[in-house]
Amino acid sequence: MTTVVQIEGLSKHFVLRKEKSLKERVVNFGRSRKHREDFWALRDIDLQIESGTTLGLIGPNGSGKSTLLKMVGGILQPDSGSVKIRGRLAALLELGAGFHPDLTGRENVYLNASILGLSRVQIDRYFDAIVDFSGIEAFIDTQVKFYSSGMYVRLAFAVAVHVDPDILLVDEVLAVGDEPFQRKCLERIREFQAEGRTIVMVTHGLDQVAEFCDRAVVLEKGRIVTDGTPREALRTLRADFEEVRQEEVERRQLAEEHTLNRAIARFTGISLATSSGVTSSAEIAPGEQLTVLMETFTSGEVTDFKIGVGIATPLGTVLWSTTTELLGDEVPPMRGTGMYQFALRDIPLTAGEYTIQTTLSGLDGREIHHVPAAAQFSVDDTLSSIGPVRLAASFDVRV
Amino acid sequence: MTSTPADRAATLAEQPLRTAGPRLGFASGTFSSIKDIVAQRELLGMLVRRELKARYKDSSLGFLWTLMRPIAMLLIYYIALGKFLGAARNIPDFAIFIYTGLTAWGFFAEAVTAGTGSVIANSGLVKKVYLPREVFPLSAIGSALFNFGVQLMILLAATAVVGRFPTGTRWGYFFMATAILVLFGTALALLLSAWNVYLRDIQYLVEIFVLIFFWVSPIVYSWELFANQVANETLRELYLSNPITLAVLGFQKAFWVAGDGKPFPDHLYSRMGIALVVGIVLLWLCQRVFARLQANFAQEL
Repeated sequence: MTTVVQIEGLSKHFVLRKEKSLKERVVNFGRSRKHREDFWALRDIDLQIESGTTLGLIGPNGSGKSTLLKMVGGILQPDSGSVKIRGRLAALLELGAGFHPDLTGRENVYLNASILGLSRVQIDRYFDAIVDFSGIEAFIDTQVKFYSSGMYVRLAFAVAVHVDPDILLVDEVLAVGDEPFQRKCLERIREFQAEGRTIVMVTHGLDQVAEFCDRAVVLEKGRIVTDGTPREALRTLRADFEEVRQEEVERRQLAEEHTLNRAIARFTGISLATSSGVTSSAEIAPGEQLTVLMETFTSGEVTDFKIGVGIATPLGTVLWSTTTELLGDEVPPMRGTGMYQFALRDIPLTAGEYTIQTTLSGLDGREIHHVPAAAQFSVDDTLSSIGPVRLAASFDVRV
Repeated sequence: MTSTPADRAATLAEQPLRTAGPRLGFASGTFSSIKDIVAQRELLGMLVRRELKARYKDSSLGFLWTLMRPIAMLLIYYIALGKFLGAARNIPDFAIFIYTGLTAWGFFAEAVTAGTGSVIANSGLVKKVYLPREVFPLSAIGSALFNFGVQLMILLAATAVVGRFPTGTRWGYFFMATAILVLFGTALALLLSAWNVYLRDIQYLVEIFVLIFFWVSPIVYSWELFANQVANETLRELYLSNPITLAVLGFQKAFWVAGDGKPFPDHLYSRMGIALVVGIVLLWLCQRVFARLQANFAQEL
């Protein structure tokens, strides 16, 4: 495989200047250092992307994903380090950038395709295909300012997927249009992959990353935190998100503890009991019972609360969950240490890894404590099927 | 079009790794800049067409409005200056004379003002797609050139109507003058459009300067009038060192056939030649400054 994008020691900082007018500049002349703020958008990034890879760039808001994409696209210049690319590059950073509202759809197709690097002859050749893909033949000679926003992005996307890039940069633009159109877009991306084009996408749709990418990079505060399979990357990112969320919840609870005089409760221990013993990562056979044991602690007294338990995939998709409220059980007020257990019987899951989530929340819905990966278990199964649900199925020829 | 991943990888392996975005060397970048712009000439044409099409899209007279402004100006100056203030008495074919100057000046003014605002007007594109950013000021020049062409047609028609159509060597002046206007207009548009990104005051400053420089060239008064008033040689030379003045004079030399007997500055041809050389150097310098400044366009907009 050939390296198509090579990034070495890349750093980029932005200066946030707080003044812009001449007056302010003159008045603050010489003291201007005080009036600027440096902000490192990217720090020492090293990255190599091989041809044919679909790479997902993920991370929290403001982590530098879009900046990195713009550097690869040549829109921003590095402060230090280098970005080198091979082959033809097309950037879909914003659909319809360069659409002129006063021009008709047809004129805009020509303009936009030309901006994305197609020659006039090529556009002539693809024009019908583009219009067909967009599905708005009836409006192609209408000025685009009269388009609905859906029609606008449809046309823009149709143009974008008809350019013939070796490297395609995509920034949050896959989720456009109605469902049939989205499916069409995703199909097109699959085609691109099959043709060996390299795709670098920035997205917050983590499921998309799991579905499309064969490599994912997590950025945080301008640095690469994880670089590996989507699975690893998503796990890191979700854990980070969870940490941030927990901190917020804790902060809120601390505030509430004083104002509303509400006691804080915590899970202090979670383990799984199977026929072979008590552990934090169990291995079960199909049909075997799994008991989730919980221990909680509160410094005061907690009333009107419920306990929840759930099963999720390693990527964080919740497959099943329930609470004491849903089961119709009441939990007595908690003082000091509390011991609880959920028995899960006949777990209909196929072979694979799963995580147990536990939640402590008020009956009014406010969260007290949530543990997204409290314990792991794996199912050992010989039945071969696709998807996490275990079902007995058989096939016959009807006579 | 390669279709299998292996084919594509093999094709790509033959290409060298290149730096994303523009090359930054001051002198060495010239060649690659020019190459990039030439590669985008189709896009340039489209952008020019977009600008022209979009401008009067929803008006019923449309394109005719392009002609209204210079004609209105012609009428104002013809009546107010020519008739009321009596400027027409010393200048034969006063209408032709004024329209000649207005055509030359109008092109330059439009090129510089539209050029200055061009990068900001296209900020959506600058921030989202990498193109050689020179295409934006250049497309402004292109659309100004188109309007210039239309006005030139009218000017020629007018000379034909009055029976004094320019012929022969006169056209030499026209080509020299147009070259000067295009060179200086492009150079300034490049420089100012880049500055304008960093300091938006530039566009307002340009408006003022366009207003002032209109009167610093012999557009609505003749060179003869200026020469009669200003005897000081240094001042005259200073006045003539303005390339736009030279271009306007060149235009008058070409189209204002009735003014043949009137005095013109000496060595107009060689003066224009010097302006042309200066213009080429200036254009190169401005392009290099533009290339330097464009690196941070996306983050400044």
